[in-house]
Amino acid sequence: MKHIKTLCGGVLKASAAKGGCGECQTSCQSACKTSCTVANQKCEKSV
Amino acid sequence: MVHTFKIKDTAIAVDVASGAVHVVSDIALDIIRQFDEKPGEDCPDWLFERLDSYPMDEIKEAYDEVYQLCKANLLYTDDAYAQIAAETRKQPLVKALCLHVSHDCNLRCGYCFAGTGNFCGERCIMSEETGKKAIDFVIKRSGKRRNIEIDFFGGEPLMNFEVVKKLTAYAREQEKIHNKNFRLTLTTNGVLLDEDKLDFINEHMSNLVLSIDGRKSVNDHMRKTVSGEGSYDVIMPRLKRAAQSRNQDNYYVRGTFTRHNLDFCADVLHLANEGFKQISVEPVVGGADCGYAIREEDLPLVYDQYEQLAEEILQRNQDGRRFNFFHFMIDLTQGPCVIKRMSGCGAGCEYVAVTPEGDIYPCHQFVGNDGFLLGNVYADDYSAEKTQMFADANVYTKPKCAECWAKFYCSGGCHANAYQFGGDIKAPYEIGCAMERKRVECALYIKAKNAE
Repeated sequence: MKHIKTLCGGVLKASAAKGGCGECQTSCQSACKTSCTVANQKCEKSV
Repeated sequence: MVHTFKIKDTAIAVDVASGAVHVVSDIALDIIRQFDEKPGEDCPDWLFERLDSYPMDEIKEAYDEVYQLCKANLLYTDDAYAQIAAETRKQPLVKALCLHVSHDCNLRCGYCFAGTGNFCGERCIMSEETGKKAIDFVIKRSGKRRNIEIDFFGGEPLMNFEVVKKLTAYAREQEKIHNKNFRLTLTTNGVLLDEDKLDFINEHMSNLVLSIDGRKSVNDHMRKTVSGEGSYDVIMPRLKRAAQSRNQDNYYVRGTFTRHNLDFCADVLHLANEGFKQISVEPVVGGADCGYAIREEDLPLVYDQYEQLAEEILQRNQDGRRFNFFHFMIDLTQGPCVIKRMSGCGAGCEYVAVTPEGDIYPCHQFVGNDGFLLGNVYADDYSAEKTQMFADANVYTKPKCAECWAKFYCSGGCHANAYQFGGDIKAPYEIGCAMERKRVECALYIKAKNAE
């Protein structure tokens, strides 16, 4: 495409189907202790 | 919902529901901004009139690309997750503990949410027995979840390090019996971080959070010793040694910025220049009347600082001085599932704090607030009913989050911040939200520039 370059395709819908196992890290335990950036967390299934 | 923004010469479109991220030309940006909903196959005539500064054939060409992405479910995708959110956490399990092994501290930080370590109660430390009860509690409440996190927290946890060691041994013993995997972490100001403690931490702790605010003048303005002196000269060599001993990985130096250092980019870079590779510096949490909290009128400066930081990170990625800034780290392809992204930090349901007395609170920020006391590890009186308000809090039950493009990046914000400012865990703290949105934009901008 000339006008649009896709950095990342749609991954969220597929993740809804197989997600929710709850084994991943609690976001607040990582470094922040106040804010809630969650998109930098790892999916346990991809580790 | 599609969010568009531009930083310098880079225009980006985020398709919120699918998670797709696109770098777009100026024409495509202007076209996307004309539509609230998915456009049809044929380019409407009114678009040529509105965008008459562009040639018609260019508009048609860009419009067709926009339409192709819509057809591929990568733009203007329907948000169909609300029902999933309603089904999540009907029976919440506890899987993470913030273990307050010390309600005492050897620093007296000006912005401490814990009332300089004691959480406005008596200065005390946790007994081994209470800590073991807390570990028993999380094992019992975690159901089939295997991974359990315990953060040794305070006050200052190194003031009760013998108990940290004993509880570490107990966790290792119990995980074998109950088929659990304990991930232990520790958050410290570094004052007591000697070689022996560091060796133990490096052997047993999967992450280590080291508190320092940045430049000496900034750090020492807020982070003072009991006698009122700055802490920088005491902690800096210890923190450097700790980072080095962990091979510059699996740790964070974690700073706080306030409206007294709105030029916080300099503090992040100071930490990077001192050799730290894993850095998290974030805005203070404080009431509107405290004097140091970020105000609405400060936001333009804060945004500018985040953009400056993004540019500096891009430059350092190229010249070999790379470091990670926690809030700019976004995994676009292998990040958490949408269920995690809609349900937030888990405070009050998946994540609780336990005090030296064994009292259980929704998280460390709620400790001492009697209205949020959930039970005690000795009493076996913990009730999931009391925690339902937290279990129900997700980006769809928070009206402002439901309308926000960044909801799947921040997951609804900090409950404690929301409660502190608005008296309601479902009413997000607006200034915090504004800063979070800017951080996400800068993170996506970095991704876009790195992909060029």
